[in-house]
Amino acid sequence: MARYLLSRLGQSIVLLVLVSLIGFFVLNLAPGGPLSQFALTPGMTRDELDRIAEQMGLNRPLVIQYAEWFWRLLQGDWGNSFRDGRPVLEIIGDHLFATLLLMGTSMALSIVIGVWIGVRSAMRAGSFFDYASTVFAMVALSIPTFWFGLVAIYVFSLWLGWLPAGNMYNIGDGSFGDYAIHLVMPSIVLALVNVAIWSRYMRSATLDVLGQDFIRTAHAKGLTSRRIVFKHIMGNTLVPMIALTGLQLPSLLGGALVTETVFTWPGMGRLLLDSLGYNDYPVIMGLLMFSALMVIFSNLLADILVALVDPRIRLE
Amino acid sequence: MKNGDFTLNRRHTLGLMGAAGLVAAVPGFGPRAAFAQDAPSGQVIVGFSQEPTVFNPHLPHIEVDEGIHYAIFDPLFDVDTDGTFYPLLATEVPTIENGGISPDGLEWRITLRDDVKWHDGEPFTAEDVKFTLELLNNPDFRAWRRVGTELVRDITVVSPTEITWRLDQAYAPFAAILASTFILPKHAFDGVDPNEAPFNNAPIGTGAFKWKNRISGDHIELAANADYFGDGPYLETVVIKYIPDMTVMYTQFKSGDIDVIALQWISPDHYEEARNLPDRVVEIVGSPFFESIQFNMERPQFKDPAVRQALYLALDKPSIIEALYYGVPPETETFMPQESYYYNPDLPKHEFSIEKANALLDEAGWARGADGVREKDGVRLAFKNSTTAGNELREQVQQFVQQVWKEIGVEIEISNLPPAVMWGDYWSMGQYDTTLVGLSVLAGPDPDCSDFFRSDASPALGGTGQNYWAYANPEVDTLLAEGASLFSPEERLPIYLRLQEIIRDDLPFLPIYQYAVIPGYKTGLEGYAPNINNRIDTWNLRSWRWT
Repeated sequence: MARYLLSRLGQSIVLLVLVSLIGFFVLNLAPGGPLSQFALTPGMTRDELDRIAEQMGLNRPLVIQYAEWFWRLLQGDWGNSFRDGRPVLEIIGDHLFATLLLMGTSMALSIVIGVWIGVRSAMRAGSFFDYASTVFAMVALSIPTFWFGLVAIYVFSLWLGWLPAGNMYNIGDGSFGDYAIHLVMPSIVLALVNVAIWSRYMRSATLDVLGQDFIRTAHAKGLTSRRIVFKHIMGNTLVPMIALTGLQLPSLLGGALVTETVFTWPGMGRLLLDSLGYNDYPVIMGLLMFSALMVIFSNLLADILVALVDPRIRLE
Repeated sequence: MKNGDFTLNRRHTLGLMGAAGLVAAVPGFGPRAAFAQDAPSGQVIVGFSQEPTVFNPHLPHIEVDEGIHYAIFDPLFDVDTDGTFYPLLATEVPTIENGGISPDGLEWRITLRDDVKWHDGEPFTAEDVKFTLELLNNPDFRAWRRVGTELVRDITVVSPTEITWRLDQAYAPFAAILASTFILPKHAFDGVDPNEAPFNNAPIGTGAFKWKNRISGDHIELAANADYFGDGPYLETVVIKYIPDMTVMYTQFKSGDIDVIALQWISPDHYEEARNLPDRVVEIVGSPFFESIQFNMERPQFKDPAVRQALYLALDKPSIIEALYYGVPPETETFMPQESYYYNPDLPKHEFSIEKANALLDEAGWARGADGVREKDGVRLAFKNSTTAGNELREQVQQFVQQVWKEIGVEIEISNLPPAVMWGDYWSMGQYDTTLVGLSVLAGPDPDCSDFFRSDASPALGGTGQNYWAYANPEVDTLLAEGASLFSPEERLPIYLRLQEIIRDDLPFLPIYQYAVIPGYKTGLEGYAPNINNRIDTWNLRSWRWT
């Protein structure tokens, strides 16, 4: 196990360096820069812009800028935002809770509902329920989140007035109930697509298992459906479930750009969007490294869990 | 009267009133004690579609950051909606009449209020003004603007309430620049690098509101400054909310989640619906920006005034404004906003006439070639028009203009670029043919636009300035120099009226419309006043209140 972890660690480091290199150079190659937002400010002259660029060190060769950034990163200094000058880690930390809350809730919802729909469809393959859930999945996968979110706001906030139109909490409130009611719409809208994904995935995974001989044996033995589902089927679909969760885990901390924009949710997705819009390089690089770390970590976790759960799989 | 038994009889009442009168007459105990205002109450939530992130007003920032600056800081004096200066930190606005400015415009003397405190309790003095002006000239400080303040020399603190300095040259726009120069506290920068001071994320000002709290990416909370020296504030809390998408912001305005919809306001396609919303006040307000098609005057096609005039005749402005902009922005003939004191309302009105355009070009010798495109002396009336890529409304304008101009034998090629490329060297070094752009040539209330129209202000021709269209007219140069050296608005008015006439005649750009924005707020909010002379809605936040 230790040898396995060590080799994965080595791979991860190489991967992270590659990601940071590519990210940094592509970012700087794109036209514009952190100062392009000031180009049309009344009174701003070219000389002024050049001088500011000089002071920010943006005129130095790219390789030097990258090397300095990387060196500081190794020492734990992720840099400071070009916009408000605060440390990148602090800014990311600020947005972490909002993202976890939204993504965690929506993931939990989508797994629970999606798995239930998927397994049930597979068990009742060909029934009305199966057909209806297939249609539902196709529709949910096709609906643009932006549109659906706005429609939901229109119906539930403007027309019915049941739910707030956005934000994470009412300023001045902040009680548990306040957070809860603000969470309802965005997490459901976000969960919609994932429910579709999980239900399709679980349906096919379950069908796979159902086709196996040992299930027929279990039925022949006289086990109840409930026992068959929970003991035998779920046990065997656990591996694909872990694999899918591993794939989705990075988005837990990556946030959802569109939903966060529509529901004015101050999460990581919006942070990335804003930083990209203003070419806030330190924050973008920070988010890039963060999400790369998440991907590597999630994959590692999934691989280990799968090996733990399934005795047939050996880590090497 | 017995001991311990206080009854109010007439004599005592008169005596008390006399005493109160005496107290009121003592400076400092005056009107503030006699007309004590109610404690500030209520909360206003203002929606911005961009996030304020720069809280030191002298670091490079964008419009939306000023929304916070106006609440937290004060300048020495400011400009109100009709262009009149009014004092804030200064006791009176310096003029030549009151001796604040010497007749030659070089020596300035400002008297400051003595009852102002910083948000952390320290007293405000002339040292803070000196510090602020010197900071702007500090070469190691990333100042966003040095124009005007770089002319300041010999700043002398005569007393805690008096300060003088000298300008290197008489520069009339300096008053307007001071009006948007917020004063910073010297003591907050002792021993720290001003570019990275903690002040930059927890600003301390003299303004009507104190910095309370910021949730990055979400909102900023401001609390009333109970010790504010001036009138106000009337609100207890102001929340500046950041809502990145304009449709979402409009929806929250409708649902009442925000009280004021500010920058970037309501989009024209929602105007019809917005103005009919119950309990909301929605208005169309002019902005100092104007949209125009600009010519690169160095290109051979545009050296002939007949071409420029014909192109203007063939520009269907009313259709563009009606069809694409829902009739919201007003047509304009000039770069000066209609709300400005210096606006010239008597400029020749634009006329849309394909026949006249064709006749003009025929007369000037531009004959149609075999492909329908006019040419003369080997120069074809075929050129590019460029603007920011991805701006759909502008792209529609371009396609529309392309279509109509074909009828007069002019061919344009639409060539759009991403903003950073478009407004980089391509524009500023005169590599374009024509552009479609929204511009403001004014910096605040001052009409001086030398930087844009002076013939030596063109970088493409080796000058320094923002005359990116290489426009040159000697009469304009003279007028601009004169206008910038006079201080009295009455004297300057005829100069700028004539300037607008000449430019309307020369047509270095074809003016289409003046930008209008559509702010809105809940009924019951008083004090919101659009001000053409300031860049942002919250310039007078200290006066807002709920009724």
